[in-house]
Amino acid sequence: MYESLLFEISSPGRTACSLPDLDVPEAELPSEFLRQEAVNLPEISELDLVRHYVRLSQKNYSVDSVFYPLGSCTMKYNPKVNEVAAAMPKFTATHPLQPEETVQGNLQLMYELQEAIKEIAGFADVSLQPAAGAHGEFAGVLIMRAYHLSRGDTQRNNMLIPDSAHGTNPASCAMSGFSVQQIPSDERGNIDLDALRAACNETTVGLMLTNPNTLGLFEENIEEIAKIVHDAGGLIYGDGANLNAMMGVARPGDLGIDVMHFNLHKTFSTPHGGGGPGSGPVGVVEKLRPFQPGPIVAKDGDSYTLKMPEQSIGAVKSFWGNFGVLLRAYTYIRMLGEDGLRLATEDAVLNANYLRVKVGKTCPVKYDRVCMHEFVSMGDIAEGIHTMDIAKRLIDYGFHPPTVYFPLIVHEALMIEPTETESKETLDAFADVLEKIAEEARENPELLHSAPHTTEVSRLDEVVAARKPVLRYKA
Amino acid sequence: MKLDQDAKYQDSHEWARKEGDLIVVGISDHAQDSLSDIVYVELPVIDDEIDKGDVFGVVESVKAASDMYMPVSGEIVEVNDALEDTPEVVNSDPFGEGWFIKVKPTNLDAEWDNLMDVDAYVASIEG
Repeated sequence: MYESLLFEISSPGRTACSLPDLDVPEAELPSEFLRQEAVNLPEISELDLVRHYVRLSQKNYSVDSVFYPLGSCTMKYNPKVNEVAAAMPKFTATHPLQPEETVQGNLQLMYELQEAIKEIAGFADVSLQPAAGAHGEFAGVLIMRAYHLSRGDTQRNNMLIPDSAHGTNPASCAMSGFSVQQIPSDERGNIDLDALRAACNETTVGLMLTNPNTLGLFEENIEEIAKIVHDAGGLIYGDGANLNAMMGVARPGDLGIDVMHFNLHKTFSTPHGGGGPGSGPVGVVEKLRPFQPGPIVAKDGDSYTLKMPEQSIGAVKSFWGNFGVLLRAYTYIRMLGEDGLRLATEDAVLNANYLRVKVGKTCPVKYDRVCMHEFVSMGDIAEGIHTMDIAKRLIDYGFHPPTVYFPLIVHEALMIEPTETESKETLDAFADVLEKIAEEARENPELLHSAPHTTEVSRLDEVVAARKPVLRYKA
Repeated sequence: MKLDQDAKYQDSHEWARKEGDLIVVGISDHAQDSLSDIVYVELPVIDDEIDKGDVFGVVESVKAASDMYMPVSGEIVEVNDALEDTPEVVNSDPFGEGWFIKVKPTNLDAEWDNLMDVDAYVASIEG
């Protein structure tokens, strides 16, 4: 059903807000700051506005309404207490240009969040600047470059990236002016050590490692991997996308990782995907501290102040990062505490393994060993049936589809991450539905090919959409 | 699966065929089938000199984007501009209308025999 734009339901004179009484002396704005033309905003009553957004929200799939096992995205429930904290007027009424002494509480919160992430990850320092995961990753690669250049080590221009990596990894390297060399996985889903050894030399910037990797598997040779890369003079970049499998149990800094970003919107339950904004702090070991993006909050006696690291790669975000998001992550960490964070991780891994065994009977798991927080099945379970068909059919049963066709090294990949917040009943229901879909795939494959059937729009023609895109809301 | 008996192949599924002094390059029927519907092709600029094994372009389907690698070293003398508007010919005719580039080879004697013939390529896919 077509949803009218706000401009289309606008009617002169209607309004959805009433301004509070003025509590400061009235003053004229200087004439140079006055607008010359009308703003042309829609005029709408509160009720029409509420209905518009409620209808839009109901067209959306969200973790507040359905199970959302989107692998590699950690679609955990975002506790509502985060929103309570973020709505406190003492935070919402502050401004980043206020003098530091008037926002000590905000700075203290940022400092304590830096400290918490340092402790969770085992790093010497953390910058809260980057605005999203890939942004933090790019900042991390720039830190690696700045480190090598500061030592006069100018020939390092080649980054090593496993074939199971997230696509953002090579993108960050390309943006930093590096070439990329792909390292294959072995038959257990780990990095092929011989290939890594052969690739390491005096041009190696470092290795970008996701651990657990995108197959949901812990890199069993992580210490050996770190040694090989470090011996060649390279650094290890840790992709923090999968921290939800280690938080409170193992620390990336202890495993030999030198620099890593954190997806607060995945691991620490802040707004996610199109519902962002995101936040991707970046943490470093001692020798990389001088190069961090800044400013960073420092504690000076009893007060807090913003400081720029000596050889910083610079500011990578306006003001001080996405503060409202930092506030939610801080709330999450403080509400759970040390034991709670560890329990969240343990439950995430337990849920994934429970589902791996159940789902594996229907959709075989490519690397079938004990997984971490997610696993990768294969969806070509009957003649003519593809992963995409299963994904679309799941929507009819009220589940958000898992990640499909990623990682690229698994044929017909179906990547499933239940997270710690789902109950056994939900996991069982999901596995049962997959079994039912498998039965349909054998007996009535057309039902899958034409799915979904219960949504407002049925299967989209992705080929036509890509080849002949219509970029206007109304054609 | 369609095959071109006269072409040579490499692991990453590009084919290369002699056409006079030039080498024509495309991707195999197996490759286009695995990628599914191709929606975008990025090609090099004419006069670019690219070494064997280096990336010369990108092919993007609704499922994935893949780099394409030079089967032989050489200079790009012609690119298939038609693919910009009709990338689907890579799906329908991978060994014919769906070619990507024509290369003036610079090290053909050393490189040509290192490519797979059709039997070796089929064995590599099935293996």
